[in-house]
Amino acid sequence: MPTKPEAARAPRRAEHDETLLSIRDLRVHYALRGSSLARLFGRDVGTVKAVDGIDLEIAKGEVLGLVGESGSGKSTLGRAVLGLAPITGGSIAYEERRIETMSGRALREVRRNLQMVFQDPSAALNPAMDIETAVGHPLRIHRLARGDELRRRVVDALERVGLSPADQFLTKYPGELSGGQKQRAVIARAIILDPVLLIADEPISMLDMSVRSKLLQLMLDLKADLDLTYVYITHDLASAKFFCDRVAIMYLGRVVEIGTTEEIFADPKHPYTQSLVGAIPDLDPDRSTPRDLPRGEIPDAASPPLGCAFHPRCPQAFDKCGWESRDLRVLLESHWTTVPEAEYDAERAIIGDVDALDLPDHVAALPAGRGHSGGDVERVLDTIHAADPDEPFWRGVRQRRVVDAGVGIDFHEGEDPALRPAGGVQVACHLYPPPGDAAGPPPQPKE
Amino acid sequence: MAVMRRVLAPFRETVGFSRWMLLAGIVIVAFFVVLAVGAEWIAPYGYAQKSADGVDFPKLAEPGGDHLLGTDRLFFDVWSRVVWGARTALEVIVLAVAGSMILGLALGLVSGYVGGWFDRILVLVMDALYAFPPLLLAIVFGFLLADKIGAGVVSAALSLTVVYLPQYFRVVRNSTISARESTYVEAARALGAPGRTVITRYLFGNVIHSVPVIGTLNAADALGTLAALGFLGLGIQPTDGADWGFDLSRALDDASSGIWWTGVFSGAAIVLLITGLTLVGEGLNETINPVLRKKRLQKIRREETIR
Amino acid sequence: MSTTGQDVLSVRDLRVWYGTERGAARAVDGVSFDLRPGEILGLVGESGCGKTTLGRGLLGLLPRGAFVDGDVTFKGKPMPAVASKEYRALRGAELGMIFQEPMTRLNPLMRISEHFEETVRAHHPGVSRERVRHAALEVLRVMGIPPTRYRSYPHEFSGGMRQRLTIALALVLRPAFIVADEPTTALDVLVEAQIIKILADLRREFDTSLLLITHNLGIVSEACDRVAVMYAGRIVEIGDARQVFRSPQHPYTQELLRSTISLSTTGLSFIPGSPPDLVDPPAGCRFHPRCPHAMRVCATQAPVPLEVAGGQRVECWLHGPESQVPPGGGEPLHVREELSVADEA
Ligand SMILES: Nc1ncnc2c1ncn2[C@@H]1O[C@H](COP(=O)(O)OP(=O)(O)OP(=O)(O)O)[C@@H](O)[C@H]1O
Ligand SMILES: Nc1ncnc2c1ncn2[C@@H]1O[C@H](COP(=O)(O)OP(=O)(O)O)[C@@H](O)[C@H]1O
Ligand code: SF4
Ligand code: SF4
Ligand SMILES: [Mg+2]
Ligand SMILES: [Mg+2]
Repeated sequence: MPTKPEAARAPRRAEHDETLLSIRDLRVHYALRGSSLARLFGRDVGTVKAVDGIDLEIAKGEVLGLVGESGSGKSTLGRAVLGLAPITGGSIAYEERRIETMSGRALREVRRNLQMVFQDPSAALNPAMDIETAVGHPLRIHRLARGDELRRRVVDALERVGLSPADQFLTKYPGELSGGQKQRAVIARAIILDPVLLIADEPISMLDMSVRSKLLQLMLDLKADLDLTYVYITHDLASAKFFCDRVAIMYLGRVVEIGTTEEIFADPKHPYTQSLVGAIPDLDPDRSTPRDLPRGEIPDAASPPLGCAFHPRCPQAFDKCGWESRDLRVLLESHWTTVPEAEYDAERAIIGDVDALDLPDHVAALPAGRGHSGGDVERVLDTIHAADPDEPFWRGVRQRRVVDAGVGIDFHEGEDPALRPAGGVQVACHLYPPPGDAAGPPPQPKE
Repeated sequence: MAVMRRVLAPFRETVGFSRWMLLAGIVIVAFFVVLAVGAEWIAPYGYAQKSADGVDFPKLAEPGGDHLLGTDRLFFDVWSRVVWGARTALEVIVLAVAGSMILGLALGLVSGYVGGWFDRILVLVMDALYAFPPLLLAIVFGFLLADKIGAGVVSAALSLTVVYLPQYFRVVRNSTISARESTYVEAARALGAPGRTVITRYLFGNVIHSVPVIGTLNAADALGTLAALGFLGLGIQPTDGADWGFDLSRALDDASSGIWWTGVFSGAAIVLLITGLTLVGEGLNETINPVLRKKRLQKIRREETIR
Repeated sequence: MSTTGQDVLSVRDLRVWYGTERGAARAVDGVSFDLRPGEILGLVGESGCGKTTLGRGLLGLLPRGAFVDGDVTFKGKPMPAVASKEYRALRGAELGMIFQEPMTRLNPLMRISEHFEETVRAHHPGVSRERVRHAALEVLRVMGIPPTRYRSYPHEFSGGMRQRLTIALALVLRPAFIVADEPTTALDVLVEAQIIKILADLRREFDTSLLLITHNLGIVSEACDRVAVMYAGRIVEIGDARQVFRSPQHPYTQELLRSTISLSTTGLSFIPGSPPDLVDPPAGCRFHPRCPHAMRVCATQAPVPLEVAGGQRVECWLHGPESQVPPGGGEPLHVREELSVADEA
């Protein structure tokens, strides 16, 4: 069985009309566990907004991709659909049934139709349970089969996922199987109940590269045979492009862009989507070009940036994207990675405590170091500005106030962009204002 | 079956010192098991027998003759007391270890899985029990139980159960808590498994491996505590069974008058069985604990590589 | 393939075998290659083909029970015996390693400055704190870590920053050769791209040669000068990265490239079966049970390394030498062993 021809792919744009799952303003917030001392005194230790206001419709028979870096809330969203994550607000309706209100028996009943495949196949199987028991367990839990019937259905499921001859695998333990085989067993366990929707949380990311396409092919075959709907969670845009009908790009608990796969990849609109697409290394050495990567990493979800959550990394950010005090520190520090040590030492002495900048505030107070004045600080800022005048940070500065003790910077008031239609897709970015908005185009449109 | 396989798997892979420790321990413990099981046939007399065929035993007879190891000041045959003592000791230990194991396992699993206030209260109680010196705790419970059900094998076993329960509870609860967060438990919940199924089918098999090791290590400890209880007169009454600790305390007075045989043999039995149980426990620990375990590797000779 | 005096590292017929219960696992079995100064060599292959073993073997970081044989020449001098004192002196100063999980290298209780001081002083005792700081800030600058963070603890950094810290630590003594074992596998796509860019820029700032082990062929194509493809303990193809990606010559390389999912993937393709058990690898060419072009000779005789037109070195009978193929050996191999679909790594 060498390579599969391209025809093996299911028709891309089937009719997906019937809504299977509809998610409205879903929020999953986790209370942060502070030290026991903080809890004792009832101090507020903050929350992580793992999922923060997501609307999604999933149509029967489609493959919806959830794409984003780790910590963007993809898994939490998937788990919330199965009732495995605590839902703070909003609703999830599966065929009119409201999952967020269910518990106990009703929830277990619904889970017959919604199944999940996990990222780490080694962790998803009970190491102390053999494959026959593990794959057949859903049937026993729901009292759907026993004895010979149970075994027949287990064998059937194993053969369906390519674990054949099934006899060889029935008595094995997860530890005796390879990663790909374990993932196949996990999939067999998920499909044995004949589910409607399969949530696959990075099903191939822990597997060896040569096994990945085998597993994707298996999932395509199963979809065609069993009439499945998939939510495919991944951080790998390449497999999403191949596998999904629609893609939702997530960042810090929000969907920032959603649309059909064709449109998203042909013309990525959100700067985050553009960076993700740009970051995929190309196999063709002639095509690989030096890229403009966004700086930094996904911020701490416990204290997200003001305004647009992507603004500290966004190369196209402008005045109303939510500039704040913390960005000044990033600016200073990234400037200091470009200057020689002596210059750094000199500038560091002029500027006082940079920790004072670590506040989510539209006003920044940059103190002068001992023996220096606000004027000295101002001069350092001017040098930094002159060194890189295109730095988006400066677009957010409304005014600078030089006083003796240092420099105060007022930023433009930011605004959190809402998900709005733009072209054929929906985007949450100020670069795509609602029609008729006077705000006008940004100063630095993308090239 | 699955559990047995996982528990036994490391045995085949051990070598060297830990294997010898285990073997030596097993031989010693097996010797006492034989004494305990075959007491009726091995011991010439009963544990509370003072006469045979209507002839009273002599008091404090020297070893030799009819009485292999002599008799003590209660006219008992020392060798018989040693043999029957093995039965008492093993009965108490097996009961106590099994009791604390089963109870600790059940409480630990439920407490770890359910969490919340139930867990907090249990942890508090167990920690309080654990903080007590074992002997003191055993004495207190020995007293209370002796009052209620008499000072027999069962009450001794029960007081030891209470002493060792917290250890199992803590280990099982902690591994349950970490297993509860694992993906396979979440996967089980995603399949629609109710709490009972999750505990019995997904958690049980994965938290049980540490238990046998604590069991054997505790057994040695329990024997020491039992002997101490007996020594203090809180163990088994001489008419209910032979208790090495009790015999030892009786023999204390004899020692000053040059009578050595009444104490030496029960003392030696205690030391030997504790040693045996410890060896088995440590051997098991090294065998099962993957960090301590040295895998059997095949040596590669240089010539092999040049083909 | 001549050993020129200017090679940083030159490896000849290196073998690393692990003793297992079932016999010796030939994780690295006769590997030869050279590395020039400042060159980045990508090492790719499926899981279990011996990549990590090769990398660790070169640095003498093998577990107990491993057997090493072969000649490794480092900067023109034969490498000292593994585990000897001289070897330990080389490690860190001349040889470096970057691991997949950065926290394996960072001590959570030590400040970054202390990490640098410890590393530098292990090889140059008595160096002043000021000098260490100077050297450290310079590498940190290249890694994009602000000097303000020099006295922070590891947990105050994000995952990508920690990996950059470990790279900085590996570089501070300017070693001539570094092994990076899947340094970006644990990181996010954007951060991965950042790190790869840094690694690719290394040769401009430092004269360090790098053996970059990765599963991601795209990374190799972006960052590496040359690439070595490893299968079942042997390097089956090695050559200029662009050349190998443009026209792969070994069937394994071809299949590996075809089965990789990229943005231009329109159909899935995959290699049947899985890499062999290294205790008892197949006779002849180790790839023959999975090779779509397998011939009779492949099942019995191991192919010999050969330089092909594009300049890469390939081990495959398809490229000859004709003279060594027995009569009829070029016939297609019909009796291929049955490969189950799920018989995968
Ligand atoms: N300590 C060890 N003892 C015995 N065998 C080992 C040991 N370490 C690795 N092996 C075996 O050696 C072979 C090569 O392993 P290695 O880790 O080098 O592969 P790799 O190519 O780095 O794989 P991956 O891509 O999964 O990291 C495998 O078959 C592995 O099982
Ligand atoms: N059980 C939990 N308790 C607290 N925080 C959580 C929990 N699960 C997830 N989070 C947080 O929620 C955010 C989103 O996580 P997750 O959904 O796992 O993202 P992804 O799958 O996209 O990587 C992260 O900041 C993560 O730390
Ligand atoms: S709103 Fe758009 S332009 Fe502004 S920071 Fe966010 S992504 Fe960038
Ligand atoms: S030697 Fe034969 S089996 Fe091996 S890769 Fe070449 S053609 Fe395939
Ligand atoms: Mg996730
Ligand atoms: Mg490896």
